[in-house]
Amino acid sequence: MAMTKQALFTRTLLRGLVSIAVFLILWELGARSKQWLMLDAFEWLRSVLAAVGWDKKYLPWIGAVPAPTEVLKAWVAVLGEQGYWHSWYMSFFRVMGGFIAAMIIGIPFGLLLAVSRTAYGIGFPVFEVLRPIPPLAWVPASIIFWPTQELSITFVTFLGAFYTIVINVVGGAKSIDVRYFQAARSMGSSQWDIFRRIILPGTLPSIVVGSAVGMGITWEVVVAAEMISGGGSQIGGTSGGGLGFFIWNSYVGGSYEQIVVGMISIGIAGFLSSELLRALGKYVTPWLRLR
Amino acid sequence: MNQTETTKQKIDAGEIIVANMSKYYGAVQFHKDVVKDCSFAIERGKLTVMIGPSGCGKSTLIRLLAGFEKPSSGTITLNGHPITGPAHDRLVLFQETALFPWMTTYDNILYGPRARGEVTKETLDLAEFLLNKVGLQDFRRKYPMQLSGGMQRRAELARAMINNPQVMILDEPFRGLDAMTKELMWEYYSTLYEENRRTNFFVTTDIDEAIFLADRLLIMSNIPTQVRAVLEVDVPRPRKLTDIVENDRANEIKMEALSILHEEAMKSFSRGSKAAADFVEAYSRRVAKT
Ligand SMILES: Nc1ncnc2c1ncn2[C@@H]1O[C@H](COP(=O)(O)OP(=O)(O)OP(=O)(O)O)[C@@H](O)[C@H]1O
Ligand SMILES: [Mg+2]
Repeated sequence: MAMTKQALFTRTLLRGLVSIAVFLILWELGARSKQWLMLDAFEWLRSVLAAVGWDKKYLPWIGAVPAPTEVLKAWVAVLGEQGYWHSWYMSFFRVMGGFIAAMIIGIPFGLLLAVSRTAYGIGFPVFEVLRPIPPLAWVPASIIFWPTQELSITFVTFLGAFYTIVINVVGGAKSIDVRYFQAARSMGSSQWDIFRRIILPGTLPSIVVGSAVGMGITWEVVVAAEMISGGGSQIGGTSGGGLGFFIWNSYVGGSYEQIVVGMISIGIAGFLSSELLRALGKYVTPWLRLR
Repeated sequence: MNQTETTKQKIDAGEIIVANMSKYYGAVQFHKDVVKDCSFAIERGKLTVMIGPSGCGKSTLIRLLAGFEKPSSGTITLNGHPITGPAHDRLVLFQETALFPWMTTYDNILYGPRARGEVTKETLDLAEFLLNKVGLQDFRRKYPMQLSGGMQRRAELARAMINNPQVMILDEPFRGLDAMTKELMWEYYSTLYEENRRTNFFVTTDIDEAIFLADRLLIMSNIPTQVRAVLEVDVPRPRKLTDIVENDRANEIKMEALSILHEEAMKSFSRGSKAAADFVEAYSRRVAKT
C-alpha cells in the first residue's frame, strides 16, 4: 500500500517536472525565434487568416516576450536588491493584514448569521447588496475614505477575502446534518455546548475552504490595488510599492524581463501562502486527513 | 457474562405509551397524513420491533417518540409523563450513522456525560467498560470515518448506552451493512439486550431481523400508518441465528407476519402505489422460498 503510494507520488512528480521543462523549452525557443510559433512555416494558416481579413500583426507574438534565460538573469540581478525584497514584504504584509482581518471579522459574522434568524434577517440583505461590488471598484472610494494609502490597500484586500469567508461560513454552518443537533440535544447539550462542539467543528472544513479561496482572491486584489494606487508607500519609489507596483514600475521603465520576474514572484508568493493555509487547515481538521 | 459486567449500570427500564396519535404535514392543499390515530405500547424491559413497508412513516414515528417533533394530536407518555422534547431518557440510533465526524470514538462516547457535566470516575470507568463491550478499545482514537460500518454502529450503541437511557430507539440501524456484518450485528445486539434488558424499540423492514430480535412484533399498515397487528414472539432467549432458522415457532410467526404484510401491501397495490408493488414482489418471492 505504502509502496504503490510512493511509486504514484514519484510518477506524478516526474510528470510535473517534464511538463514544466517542456513548457520552458517551448517558451525559450519561441522567444528566441522572434516568430509567432514559426507561423511562416504554416503558410496555409497565414492565408486562411488573411482570407478572413486578419493581419498577422494582430496576433500575439511570443518573440516579444523575454526568454526564460533572460528572465533568470534579471532575477538573479534583482535578488541582491533590497527593493525587490521589500516589495515581497509589503505585498505579504498587506495580504496578511487584509486576510487576517477578514478572518477575525468574517468568521464570527458568518457564524452569527448562521445561528441567529434575527441577525440573518438584518445582516444578510446588506451583505448581499454589497457583495456583488468587485473589491477593485472600492479602490477610489477606499483611498478617499481611509487616512493612509496603506490602509486603503489593506482594506480592499480585506474585502477580497471577507465575502468569500462569510459565504462559506454561513453555508457550512447551515449544511450541518440536522441529526447531529438532534443527537446532541437528546444527550442534554446546552445551546452553548452545541455551538462549541457541533457548530464550530462542523463549520471548520468550510472555513478552511473559504480561507483558501479568499487567500487566492486576496493576492489578485492586492496586486491590482498596488498598481492602481501607485504602490502607496511612505518610503516611495519602487522599493516600497509591493510586487504589483514592482511589475507596473518595470513596465513603465521598459524592463520587460523584470515584469516576468514580478509575475513569477507573485505566483510563488500565492503558492506559498496557499500551502501554508493548506497545512494549517489540515492541522485544524484532523478528521478529514484520513486518506 | 460475568458479575461485574451486569452490575456495571443500574438499568432503569421505561415504558412508552402512544395513544390515538396522529401526525400530518403541510396545510390544506399540501396536507399529508403520515400517522393516523395510532396506538401502541413499548413495554418495559422488552424488545419491541416495528416492521412496516418502506415509506409508511416509521422514521416519522421515531422523531415523535424522541421528541424532535410534536404529534398533531394524541399523546405519547414515558412512565406516565407526557413527552415534551428530546432528553437522554430516550436515545435514538438513526438510520444512518450520526457519530460526530470531528470527534474520536472515545470523545463521541463521552459526548453525553460531558454535555451534562457528569464526568466522574464512574463515568470514565463505564466508558472503558463500554469500549471493551463494543470491541473498540483499539479504535478509541480513530475518527468515525476510519471505522467500518459495523464498528460505527457499535460505537453509536456505546454512545447511547453510557447515558443509561430508559428506552433505546433504533431506526433501521443495520440497513446498509453487508449481509455478513448484519447477521453478526443481530447476534451482537441481541446479546447486548439479553444482558441488560433495557426497554428497546427497534424499527426495521426486514422480516428475518424482526423475528430474530423481537419479544413483541408490531406490524404497521401503509401510510398513513397504524398498527395492523401485534405478535408475541415467544421464542426463548438467548437466541442463536443458527437455531432460529430451524425453530418451528419462529417460522410459524414469520409466516403469519408475512401474510399480514402481504395483505397490507396488496391493499395499497390495488390503490396503485409503486412502493407497494415493489413490496409485494419482494415478499411474494420470500414466501415462495420458505
Ligand atoms: N417533514 C415532512 N414534511 C412532509 N412530509 C413528510 C415529512 N417527513 C416525512 N414525510 C412523509 O412521510 C412519509 C413517511 O416518511 P418516513 O421517513 O417516516 O418513512 P419510513 O417508514 O421511515 O421510510 P423508510 O423505510 O424509507 O425509512 C414520506 O412519504 C414522506 O414524504
Ligand atoms: Mg425511515
